[in-house]
Amino acid sequence: MGISDTATSGWDLVRSRPGTFVVVLLFLALGLDLLGTLLTGEMAVADLGSLLWTGLMQGLIIGLAGIGLSMTYSILNFANFAHGDYITAGAFTGWSVTYLIAGFGAADAADLLLLGAGGSVFGAGLDIGITTTPLAILGGLVVAGLATIAIAMGVDRSVFKTMREAGGISLLIASVGVAFALRYIIVFIYTPSNRGTTAANLVPQFDVWVIDGMVQINAHDLTILVASVALMLGVHVLLQRTKLGKAMRAMADNENLALITGIPTERIIQWTWIIGGGLTGVAGYLTVLWRGTITFRLGWFLLLLIFAAVILGGIGSIYGAILGGVLIGLTISVSQVWIPTDFARAAAFGIMILILLLRPQGIFAGRETA
Amino acid sequence: MTDRGPMDRLLANPSVGRLWDQDIVKVLAVFGAIYLGYVVIGMASGLTVQGIFATLVQLTLLIAIYAMLSLSLNLHWGYTGLFNIGIVGFMAVGAYTMLLVSKPAASVSQAALVGGFGLPFIVGAIAGTVAAALLGLVVALPALRLKADYLAITTIAMAEIIRFTFLSASFQEFQLFGRTVGTGGGRGLLVNFEDPITRYILDTEWFASVAESVSAAMGIEGTIQPALETLVISVVLLGVVAGFYWVFSRTGSSPFGRVLKAIREDETVARALGKNTDLFKIKSFMLGCGLMGLAGVFYAVFFLGSVNPTAFMPRFTFYIWIALIIGGAGSNTGSVLGAALFVGVLFQGPLYLKNAIASVTEITDAPDTIAGGVAALGQLDLAPLFAYTLDNISNFRIIALGLVLVWLMKRRQDGLLGHRKEHAASIPFDRRSGDAEEGTDR
Amino acid sequence: MSDVESAPVGDDTESTDRVTDRGSVALRVDALEKHYGGITAVDRASFTVDSGSLTGLIGPNGAGKSTTFDLITGFETPDEGAVYFGEDRITGLDPHEVAGKGLVRTFQIARELGEMTVMENLMLAPKGQSGEALWRSVTPGVRGSVKREEAALLDRAWEMLEFFEIDHLWDEYAQNLSGGQRKLLEMARALMTDPEMVLLDEPLAGVNPTLEKKLLDRIHELRQEGYTFLLVEHDMDVIMDHCEHIIVMHQGRVLAEGSAADIRADEQVIDAYLGEDV
Repeated sequence: MGISDTATSGWDLVRSRPGTFVVVLLFLALGLDLLGTLLTGEMAVADLGSLLWTGLMQGLIIGLAGIGLSMTYSILNFANFAHGDYITAGAFTGWSVTYLIAGFGAADAADLLLLGAGGSVFGAGLDIGITTTPLAILGGLVVAGLATIAIAMGVDRSVFKTMREAGGISLLIASVGVAFALRYIIVFIYTPSNRGTTAANLVPQFDVWVIDGMVQINAHDLTILVASVALMLGVHVLLQRTKLGKAMRAMADNENLALITGIPTERIIQWTWIIGGGLTGVAGYLTVLWRGTITFRLGWFLLLLIFAAVILGGIGSIYGAILGGVLIGLTISVSQVWIPTDFARAAAFGIMILILLLRPQGIFAGRETA
Repeated sequence: MTDRGPMDRLLANPSVGRLWDQDIVKVLAVFGAIYLGYVVIGMASGLTVQGIFATLVQLTLLIAIYAMLSLSLNLHWGYTGLFNIGIVGFMAVGAYTMLLVSKPAASVSQAALVGGFGLPFIVGAIAGTVAAALLGLVVALPALRLKADYLAITTIAMAEIIRFTFLSASFQEFQLFGRTVGTGGGRGLLVNFEDPITRYILDTEWFASVAESVSAAMGIEGTIQPALETLVISVVLLGVVAGFYWVFSRTGSSPFGRVLKAIREDETVARALGKNTDLFKIKSFMLGCGLMGLAGVFYAVFFLGSVNPTAFMPRFTFYIWIALIIGGAGSNTGSVLGAALFVGVLFQGPLYLKNAIASVTEITDAPDTIAGGVAALGQLDLAPLFAYTLDNISNFRIIALGLVLVWLMKRRQDGLLGHRKEHAASIPFDRRSGDAEEGTDR
Repeated sequence: MSDVESAPVGDDTESTDRVTDRGSVALRVDALEKHYGGITAVDRASFTVDSGSLTGLIGPNGAGKSTTFDLITGFETPDEGAVYFGEDRITGLDPHEVAGKGLVRTFQIARELGEMTVMENLMLAPKGQSGEALWRSVTPGVRGSVKREEAALLDRAWEMLEFFEIDHLWDEYAQNLSGGQRKLLEMARALMTDPEMVLLDEPLAGVNPTLEKKLLDRIHELRQEGYTFLLVEHDMDVIMDHCEHIIVMHQGRVLAEGSAADIRADEQVIDAYLGEDV
């Protein structure tokens, strides 16, 4: 009823939203160009397939981490800049356990727990991989989730809880402080060096025939796929089938309801951190498994991309975070058809800026402004 | 504040209180306290006089840069309520533009494969300022309708895009009007030309002889010239800081500043009173960004000696924010004090302390990893952990920074002087109809 | 107690000729419509406000009064219809443009700029201050003229504060004012823009009887100066007793328009306000 009143014809729509129209045209042009390069053989379909697959993997990880950010953003009303470092914390704690399990007996426990700080132990040397050390991986995954839950709840209790009324900006700035502290505690403990964590040659690989070439998929890719989809399904079930889930959806999706019923109960907030923290920690673990390296900046590198995903999908929408994550991941990969690799992230940021300017509530219409 | 500690009792003394009321006294007192602290710690640990002197002048230089940035950010955030976390992006644009304009032509012999247009430094500095201001316009135009946290995310995204651009191999080297210019990609660019201070003061024979006499008078082996050079530069930059302060305090103490404050408080009211708030926000943003660019120019030329993308990482932006919050957002004097305290105490302080301790105690081999330190705790031996901490003081201080920021946001968001609402008018508001000033030209 | 009766506000020479350039009709609202999703907040509302009058706009909650205010002042854009300020068509203009033309509004919940002092609040308001141009405030030679202009405005501001009897609060942060004082500040600030017409959005809400009388007295005095007022209020008695022209809204529509007597006798109004003391 509203739309038909304000746009009686397509031309009205164009005139009232010129920016959106231009962007849609741009995407159509890019899509046609892509189709062109595929048809003329300039780019193999398999190459595009590889890009899509990589993008999907990256996107699933971003989406998984984004669920937690979206939830805290909408329920607690602030942009948590420490979120990236929750990812890092999950990764480091999880992988410490993985090293410990995988290298048990073969090396000193302290060295293992510190991920070979000082060059004492190398992940590749421990033959870490999903097929070679499945228990280590599983154990690490679980611990990553649990540790991040503990950290998230600990930070909430000590920092954010007393600031519930403080307003989004104050909480944002406080979260920057938390981010710095957390990140550099990790550096202090583990040292800043980047480390390789898996033995690349030991990971089973499959070649999949796609139309005109091979797309390489390895076992770790599949691990990411299985783990993230399973967790997302789990969240979906939680949201749709449980009372808690319904309450959380109500709080997140419906701002008016939240206003009427007042500040969300502490219980819901705790569960937000538990679910969000767990997913975030696992995302951190998986990203290291996928890349095969671990660095203390890994979470921070992902943070802006996660914001992009969450804003794209609509703050407060879990499904938006997942979809947004996948779209951002695909953007990073597929944009490399046109722009150099070192600008791939810029493309994702560009998408985010466009969304903020044209449709700040995102795809699934979350909250619009601060 | 009901705190009745010794500081408050001192300030409650009328003559001390009156003196303290003057902002310049606050600034001198804080700087003085920091310098004194460094000197005392240095002397107590047996650091050499020239060592302490060199440290202090380097410190002053960095404080000056931070003060320029903090003052600019104060205009954005403290006055106008614009949440800008893309500061390094504007600094980078300022610095790189200046280098494009002022670097000499590229030549293999100078090991500078990428050059510039060889124009005077002043021209380059102005170009850098203008470029940063224009970037501010580009960011502001679409983004000013966004509320604070979305604006923040946009600014940091822009800053990262700029950093990627400067890092990218695509723009490393290209031809422009017949010159080989570029960003230098990952390697960056050298400041391979003489700035005016170096040319007209530091490279003169006169200065060299002054340095010699001072070195001799201080009974120093070798020369104190490098530290004296830094001293001259930091004094000049402190002068620039004073210039920044002059611009920003006149901007704030005016009808223009009044509208900015109103925008920060409640933009709807400002619009309802007939103010075109978009225009005010754009002007404020451009002015702040332009001066951030100028600060970037000074940073590149006098502190770094070169530029590359790693000099403009996002954490630098947050350091400036911490400095502003410590000093008190909304207060220009607070911005300067915050910069001094941040750099002197939180940022450089721990490093200096480590040097001091290291020269006094003999730190036997610090453990390679924290495990060594933790293990020793079992035997109630704190030394290894302490040694490890000292070794890693550079990382440890960032933990402290983060905690200080959290504490400030929880307990004292106004910082030192943020509670002081600066008077937003060019004249005092006392009831004095009939003898209003004739409007002196100041 | 300051002798406010002898201290006229505004330029002495302008008296009742304030709105002659606007003609006899200051504001004309023509078939305004505004829908929010499925709800029609304003439904083809039309009315006029005569220059120099004190006109009242009444209606129960949800009648569309606040939305109408927002539509007139540019805070919302109507889906249909037009708004005329004198001869100027102001439909869909930005709020600052509307205010720039001399049509200023107050807010129902007083929006004082808390971290600015009362005097700063007032000095913010005047339009076209030369010092609002950045370069003028910074440049050494030119700043002198900014100071002179501010001094003149300051005199006006002091008169305004005295008129509303809040001059003793000049250096107080606005957030420290009581509710009633904030209302006075809100009105004083609006008047500092030197408007032709003022839209008052429930200025008497939550105000004690003494202050209410004071405010209404001031409004009447200001009318003598030539200001036009459109007053939205809940309190029927106030509107009936003070406004020479009344517009009644109900469910987004204009139900009736006329003098207090007309309204009291109007069938539709009586139906809508069944049982109320009209």
